[in-house]
Amino acid sequence: MDWNLILENSLKGFIGINAVYFAIAALGLNVQFGYTGLLNFGQAGFMACGAYGLGMTAHYFDISFWWGIPLGILFSVVLGLLMGIPTLRLRADYLAIVTIASAEIIRLVVRSVKFKTYFGGSDGINGFSSSFRALGNDFGINEADQYGFWPFKFTGRELWVLIVGWLIVAVFGFVVYKLMKSPWGRVLKAIREDEDAVKSLGKNVYSYKMQSLILGGVIGTVSGMIFALDRGSVQPDNYSRDLTFYILTALVLGGVAKVSGSIVGSMMFWGLFTFMDNFLRQVAKDPVSIGNVTIMKSTQVGQLNFILIGITLILLMVFRPQGMFGNRKEMAFDGR
Amino acid sequence: MDVERTYGEVATKARQSLRDVERSPGARKPNPILTADNIRREFGGIIAVDVDHFEVQEGSITALIGPNGAGKTTFFNLLTGFDQPNSGSWTFQGKDMSKVASHRTAALGMVRTFQLTKSLTKLSVIENMRLGATDQKGEKWWNGLFSAVWKGQEDEITEHADELLTRFQMIHMRDEYAGALSGGQRKLLEMARALMTNPTLVMLDEPMAGVNPALKQSLNEHIRGLRDQGMTVLFVEHDMDMVHDVSDWVIVMAEGRIIAEGTPDDIAKNSAVIDAYLGTRQGQSLLEGE
Ligand SMILES: Nc1ncnc2c1ncn2[C@@H]1O[C@H](COP(=O)(O)OP(=O)(O)OP(=O)(O)O)[C@@H](O)[C@H]1O
Ligand SMILES: [Mg+2]
Repeated sequence: MDWNLILENSLKGFIGINAVYFAIAALGLNVQFGYTGLLNFGQAGFMACGAYGLGMTAHYFDISFWWGIPLGILFSVVLGLLMGIPTLRLRADYLAIVTIASAEIIRLVVRSVKFKTYFGGSDGINGFSSSFRALGNDFGINEADQYGFWPFKFTGRELWVLIVGWLIVAVFGFVVYKLMKSPWGRVLKAIREDEDAVKSLGKNVYSYKMQSLILGGVIGTVSGMIFALDRGSVQPDNYSRDLTFYILTALVLGGVAKVSGSIVGSMMFWGLFTFMDNFLRQVAKDPVSIGNVTIMKSTQVGQLNFILIGITLILLMVFRPQGMFGNRKEMAFDGR
Repeated sequence: MDVERTYGEVATKARQSLRDVERSPGARKPNPILTADNIRREFGGIIAVDVDHFEVQEGSITALIGPNGAGKTTFFNLLTGFDQPNSGSWTFQGKDMSKVASHRTAALGMVRTFQLTKSLTKLSVIENMRLGATDQKGEKWWNGLFSAVWKGQEDEITEHADELLTRFQMIHMRDEYAGALSGGQRKLLEMARALMTNPTLVMLDEPMAGVNPALKQSLNEHIRGLRDQGMTVLFVEHDMDMVHDVSDWVIVMAEGRIIAEGTPDDIAKNSAVIDAYLGTRQGQSLLEGE
């Protein structure tokens, strides 16, 4: 058992790029779900907007790659409007259904053969992050060099995305924190509890819910951009329902309606995930057997890990529904 | 009840203005702030509200009474845009309200509370109060980030909120979560919060339900105080002592219709109303006896 390797990888998972894009997406979801009580099950769709905004700009439009950022944001605003207009006047469940369906529609459209020329079909769009990496080199972080010290050793390429990524986490963390402390955030939190009360006090609940959905969606879009920039590619199947639910898991793990919850929850999610994955892989290097019955092979590690995540979430909901940082008196879930 | 009450200037005026009003359902008032015509609301087969004409005198305290299921709450919901009638029209300060969304009514100065209290339990009492203030700069998302823009206004709002909380004897609960309040305290909070909107017409659905007798007395004073500050009050209440004590005018509903109107004294003598409450003709339709 190579504990050094397990520790190194787990710590990298804890602060790595996966934790970064999860943290950003979870912040967005927190605005919608944690603070406003909107059941957005389509965060992956918003993330795809960002990733495809970048990818398409780089590949099909003859304009600078950086235009992909406003384009992706535009996509997500349109998506937010499309989801919100028909559903935000209805009961919460309808938004849940529409968001989950919209995200799937997006994924199926971008991976379809019919639109392959625009979205690249199931191969997606590849190799478009060169301008982004070049910028890193300009800042003096050479993508080929090694940086850091054990256990935090990164290539320049990884380090550049991490720096940009954590900066974005910090910026959005600050923005969400400030907004939720403002009277605007107070209206959202009030809507989460009782829309009629808020209406009776003269606030346009529909408009606030739309603002929340779009703000959270735009933040999700930026998460998708970071994810795509790191890979230098966008693959439709990365933006499936699973992604939304893992982000939701990270959010709940950290605690809803808390900025720190979204960020630390994402770090813990990936720290734990990487730890379990590495640990189980070492255990299952040789098939584990009791007597002559094989109970785990190395190929089953992935599945087992996801089962453990599921169990963790269940235990969390039972014993600590407010998550790690949530305030029990203020959390969104309760037995109402 | 036995104490002879002396009325202030505003109250005297309100009472005088109602003196010559006809004592009949749907009576015209000299200065109606709220009027409604031919409002009908059906739920399946039940006709919950069927009001031909209804007026509330500006600057008065009007009580809306009637047995359970009379349609009072439904009527409130219709007037404030929380429910849509099958037919009918109504105006507030002369403005047609039929197409006005519920959140706009509050912005226009017509605020209501709910029979089933809606305190926002996961916000603190003071945050509940602050939420009530209208036209807040900080409630625009683009201002949210810049506290310098809204801090001044927020301080004024807080000051106003603290005043009201003191008036409602709730100031000691200021920083508690509203979820920690008792049922009666929630009623008080909701009423105080509604006043944060600086309304011209306050509509209270059973404000006294669950409030202890000592506090009821002071609440009565508050409600009279609202009128004396120039607001109009329309409230639903089952407590006849309170109705008699605070209201200038009483409108009685039964089975969705207005069956009687008059001063509290008139109503106390009205046999149809007494029957409705004492149930001497239990099970019989109230409308037949007219
Ligand atoms: N949403 C609804 N669906 C079906 N019927 C309803 C609905 N709301 C009210 N009703 C019916 O309309 C009638 C009037 O109800 P409403 O709540 O207005 O009475 P109320 O006068 O406020 O009574 P209370 O004094 O008990 O509060 C009742 O018969 C009730 O059953
Ligand atoms: Mg009622």
